[in-house]
Amino acid sequence: MEKFMYLFRGGVNHAHNAADSEAAAKNMQAWAAWMGDLAKKGIMVGADPLQPTGKVVTGTKKVVTDGPFAEVKEMVGGYLIVNAKDINEAVEFSKGCPIFAEDGNVEVRPIQKMEM
Amino acid sequence: MSEPNDKEVNKLVDHLFRHESGKMVAVLTRVFGFSNIEQAEDIVQDTLIRALETWRFGKMPQNPQAWLYRTAKNKAIDLIRREQVKHKIVNDIAPLLKSEYTLAPKMTEMFTENEVRDSELRMMFACCHPSISYEAQLTLILKTLCGLSVKEIGSAFLTNEETIQKRLYRTKEKIKTEHITLDYPGADAMQARTDTVLKALYLLFNEGYNSSHPEKLIREDLCEEAIRLTILLTENPKTNYPHTNALLALMCYHTSRFESRLDDKGFIVLLKDQDRTKWNRFLIKKGNDYLNQSATGDTIHDYHIEAAIASEHANAELYEATNWQMILQLYNTLLSRGNNPIVQINRCLVLAEVEGYEKAINELLQIKGFDENCYYNTSLGEMYMKNANKERAKHYFQKALMLTSSSAEIELIRRKLADCN
Repeated sequence: MEKFMYLFRGGVNHAHNAADSEAAAKNMQAWAAWMGDLAKKGIMVGADPLQPTGKVVTGTKKVVTDGPFAEVKEMVGGYLIVNAKDINEAVEFSKGCPIFAEDGNVEVRPIQKMEM
Repeated sequence: MSEPNDKEVNKLVDHLFRHESGKMVAVLTRVFGFSNIEQAEDIVQDTLIRALETWRFGKMPQNPQAWLYRTAKNKAIDLIRREQVKHKIVNDIAPLLKSEYTLAPKMTEMFTENEVRDSELRMMFACCHPSISYEAQLTLILKTLCGLSVKEIGSAFLTNEETIQKRLYRTKEKIKTEHITLDYPGADAMQARTDTVLKALYLLFNEGYNSSHPEKLIREDLCEEAIRLTILLTENPKTNYPHTNALLALMCYHTSRFESRLDDKGFIVLLKDQDRTKWNRFLIKKGNDYLNQSATGDTIHDYHIEAAIASEHANAELYEATNWQMILQLYNTLLSRGNNPIVQINRCLVLAEVEGYEKAINELLQIKGFDENCYYNTSLGEMYMKNANKERAKHYFQKALMLTSSSAEIELIRRKLADCN
């Protein structure tokens, strides 16, 4: 069993309080249902949504700027780690994600095992 | 927008404590795990203290239950967000509780009606784990599911707080060492495990119904809780066996007589002398309904027979109209399924109505090893008295008097003794 990370880009910003609107609450329910299913099957390892803004620290001088200033479509809105046999299975598991109905995408990346 | 005084707030919180704390403990134990049950109990305790403080000085919330659930939920979420608590959670919903995507929605879901019931059911199974003794099972059920305090439990079992405290401590240690979880038993073990739960509820009910406890309120509470939890079992297809309904019918019939069992002064009134107009018709009807529900499948359980006996009594308009012949047959069936001295004694009392006191006395005298039992001696006394042998009756009543500490029983026996003279 290998670990894979999903990076969610675009779609609805989940950092909003779910109570803000009925649509947001409904959207949150869809995500919770999908993850509930993954958890039940023992696939889901961990996940968290990210707030849309933060800081970016760059260079040897460690310059701090507000960021990340990517386009909404490009911005990472959250991550999820799954257990899967291989990348194909990890890709299959990702297809149930509600983000596709929100015009977003999922980047599936195998977690690298570092060898000493 | 009421402005209740302290007394009203305390009363309301008392009532809520009984009915909601068990539910909240069940939900939070499902969340944190059975071995972290103290964590769940602490959150509920904090929530109730918070309620008392807030409600006393401010306005009562429109929906106090929702207020309690929301407060408990938020406290739990705060705790789970701390890493050291997070790591202790090991169960099927753990990944959802550890993700910020799902933590809040999952916790909200856990406090919805269906999930609360599910948690209570899981809790019942866990409390009635076969490796926990019956005594400890009942104690744990009363503490966690029924919201009784250690003092109240001690009082219900006629023992002190320290004993109950120790018993709870040992049980909780056992939960940890045996790794007992809140998972449902597998399909193959379901019925056996349900039977253990039913047995515990049967004992819980009897503790309330038969106990010689002087405080009527405590006894009624125990019966009420036993009924509430048994109803929960009938509402779930996994545990709604025919004999679950039979047990519930039995409880309904017995409870229907609660008001007439003691007179105004708290003295015991025997079945024959009870005012049947005081019997609760609604509960008798409920009993009849559940007994009908229980008449499916092809296995007969002791609860079926006991409920059928109780039904004969409850549905007889007058003592004289009781179908003793039928009841005797039911007792014979019950005895043929296993030897139980109390059943034997009760059967003899029925036998007296069918075949006379002489016969009943002879059979009572053949029951061995019960000489030191109060009920055995009062039964013999009663039979001798009815058979016009006051000397023998006096002998047995006097003996019975030495064997009980219940004030209600002592008074009843004294009255009987007075009749002997």
